[in-house]
Amino acid sequence: MNQVTDRPVWNWDVVWEHLPAIWDGMVVIIQATLAGITMAMILGLFLALGRRSERRWLSWPFAAFIDFIRSTPLLIQLFFVFFALPDMGIVLGARTSLILGLGVHYAAYASEAYRAGINAVEKGQWEAATALNLSTGTTWQKVILPQAIPKVIPALGNFLVAMIKDAPLGQSIGVAGVLFVARSIGSQTFQYVETMTIAGVLFLAVSVPAALFVQFLERKYGYEAA
Amino acid sequence: MVRMRGVTKAFGENVVLRELDMDVAPGEKVVIIGPSGSGKTTILRVAMTLERPDSGTVEIDGRHLYHQEKNGQLVTATEKHIRSVRSDVSMVFQHFNLFPHMTALENVTLAPIKVLGKSNEEAQEQAIRLLDSVGLGDKTGHRPSELSGGQKQRVAIARSLAIDPKVMCFDEVTSALDPELVGEVLGVLRKLAEEGEMTMMLVTHEMGFASEIADRVVMFDHGKILEDGPPSQIFKQPEHDRTRAFLQAVLQH
Amino acid sequence: MPDLILSGSNYARLMEGLVVTLQVLAGSVALGTLLSLFFGIGRLSNRAWVRRGSSVYVEFARGASAIILLFWMFFALPILFGIRGWSPMTAGILALGLNMGAYGAEIVRGAVLSVPKGQTEASIALNLTNTQRLRHVVLPQAVPVILPPYGNLMIEVMKGTSLVSLITLSDLAFEVQKLRVNAVVIAESATTPMLYLNVLAIYFVLAFVIDRLFKVAEHRVAARFGVKPPRAARAGRPTTGVGITG
Repeated sequence: MNQVTDRPVWNWDVVWEHLPAIWDGMVVIIQATLAGITMAMILGLFLALGRRSERRWLSWPFAAFIDFIRSTPLLIQLFFVFFALPDMGIVLGARTSLILGLGVHYAAYASEAYRAGINAVEKGQWEAATALNLSTGTTWQKVILPQAIPKVIPALGNFLVAMIKDAPLGQSIGVAGVLFVARSIGSQTFQYVETMTIAGVLFLAVSVPAALFVQFLERKYGYEAA
Repeated sequence: MVRMRGVTKAFGENVVLRELDMDVAPGEKVVIIGPSGSGKTTILRVAMTLERPDSGTVEIDGRHLYHQEKNGQLVTATEKHIRSVRSDVSMVFQHFNLFPHMTALENVTLAPIKVLGKSNEEAQEQAIRLLDSVGLGDKTGHRPSELSGGQKQRVAIARSLAIDPKVMCFDEVTSALDPELVGEVLGVLRKLAEEGEMTMMLVTHEMGFASEIADRVVMFDHGKILEDGPPSQIFKQPEHDRTRAFLQAVLQH
Repeated sequence: MPDLILSGSNYARLMEGLVVTLQVLAGSVALGTLLSLFFGIGRLSNRAWVRRGSSVYVEFARGASAIILLFWMFFALPILFGIRGWSPMTAGILALGLNMGAYGAEIVRGAVLSVPKGQTEASIALNLTNTQRLRHVVLPQAVPVILPPYGNLMIEVMKGTSLVSLITLSDLAFEVQKLRVNAVVIAESATTPMLYLNVLAIYFVLAFVIDRLFKVAEHRVAARFGVKPPRAARAGRPTTGVGITG
């Protein structure tokens, strides 16, 4: 028996009673993560291309934006999206704000991964494209990106795993994710040990397979040398 | 076919081409030789728009590459114009630069389909023909990683031919090959030269080959043309000591 | 016209929060560094149980979400172990330090592995003990390789400190939330967007300062060795999401 609270250390009834609700919270997290990573992948490419622009007036703002996002906490960025944007006329719900926040934050990281992948494509490939008079669109679509993307995929996989771990931050703007649910049940029942532990276990149940999947991706794409 | 006037190019402090004038007639085979840093590779790259000249003009088949005519004046050309004129020039590289994620066939068909607008069947038929003519008809489905250096270079030549250029530039195309593979590539070049019509500009160290196929040999030195004449003259009776010294050094191998 | 700058008293409040942020950062980094060294080298140990135990810690702590770990530390741990007076500061430092230690351990491990084997062999030939070898030969040579990713890691931890605002610790993030709901603040000087932008800017400056400090350290260390700092490692923040972004 626990000396402070004079209760059993672990109460299984509590676990079974609240597991479904906490699992629902986990589902919310997964959904937000999937939406977020999709946004990050697309926006990240856009940011990377903008940063590569040869026109300083274009590339500099992109670089500054990327650096700023990567240097500041996701939490504050979420606050900004949820609390500050309404003042500027953009009102988004909690879940949308979370997805937007995750998407933009990780797009900044993704853009660096894209940049590395694109830079890794040999200079000679660009020259061959010029020698064949390929248009810019064709060059990107058929020559450069097909060689750059495989190198980017492991990094994107890592971002997915990182995003899963960051998505619970949504609880601070009211998203009914796994932490939000665990905390509210905990505050009602005072069964914090059980609820928080369930939350942690469920979380690992999702993030560990995801991490293994990423390792698989790294192996698969890491060795496909062009 | 190719007319260059007053072409100057510097990389930082290093002036690589100085007010260069050069002409290449249609169907002519010109071999460019010279020590490294003399500008011989740069001039090819300028013709291929891989380097922009700091000043001067380049004309391909009567059309200005880097300039446009507007109200009788020459102004800097738009990208669209450059691309349009560039379609008459192609280049084969020292390090092949084949697309590693495509088969040999796909390497050759990409540009005809995307740039010349040919249909899949047309492009494939042409590609098979070209790969056949360079002796690789049986390797169409192979990827570059599965080919030897000589084979890769031959695919590269077929790839450039597929876009139907009027001028082809060859930038030391055998220098990166193992010695025993050089011959097969030179064979293809010889064949191409003998067929007659293609205007060819080659930078090479293969002097024997050069004397065989060249109509003209041009010796570059410090960004200018030092000597210009038929192979028999340049190789047997060069005018300048510099040329003689260079040839002696190269032929020592 | 929204003011870009907040009024002075607001800054004072934010600075108070910043002090707390720095305290949490210092504590977490101290703990994290200790753990990194301990478990990073532990993973290379000859003794299987040390190796496996270290691996378990690293894998677990890397896979854990910092915020879930934090919440567990703050809410569940004190109840589980019957601890009274458990402060959010302690929970925060523990959680962030543990998380950081796992990533740091990998950095240390990679750096130690990068030291040429010949160094170890020479040490053995000179009959140095394992500890001496580590202390005098291997670690000093591992340091230049450790510094760049370690700087990036520290910036990640700095961002992670913002999480403690969610367990009621009055750090910079907490202060800005308090200011936001303070009607007086809004009326008198700043709009909400400006408020957050200012805070983001403060964090940005923090990141910048840490970055610079590490660059200086890298150059100093390299000068002692007579080599340049490894350029590849300096190519920006880690592209592997560290998961303790806050």
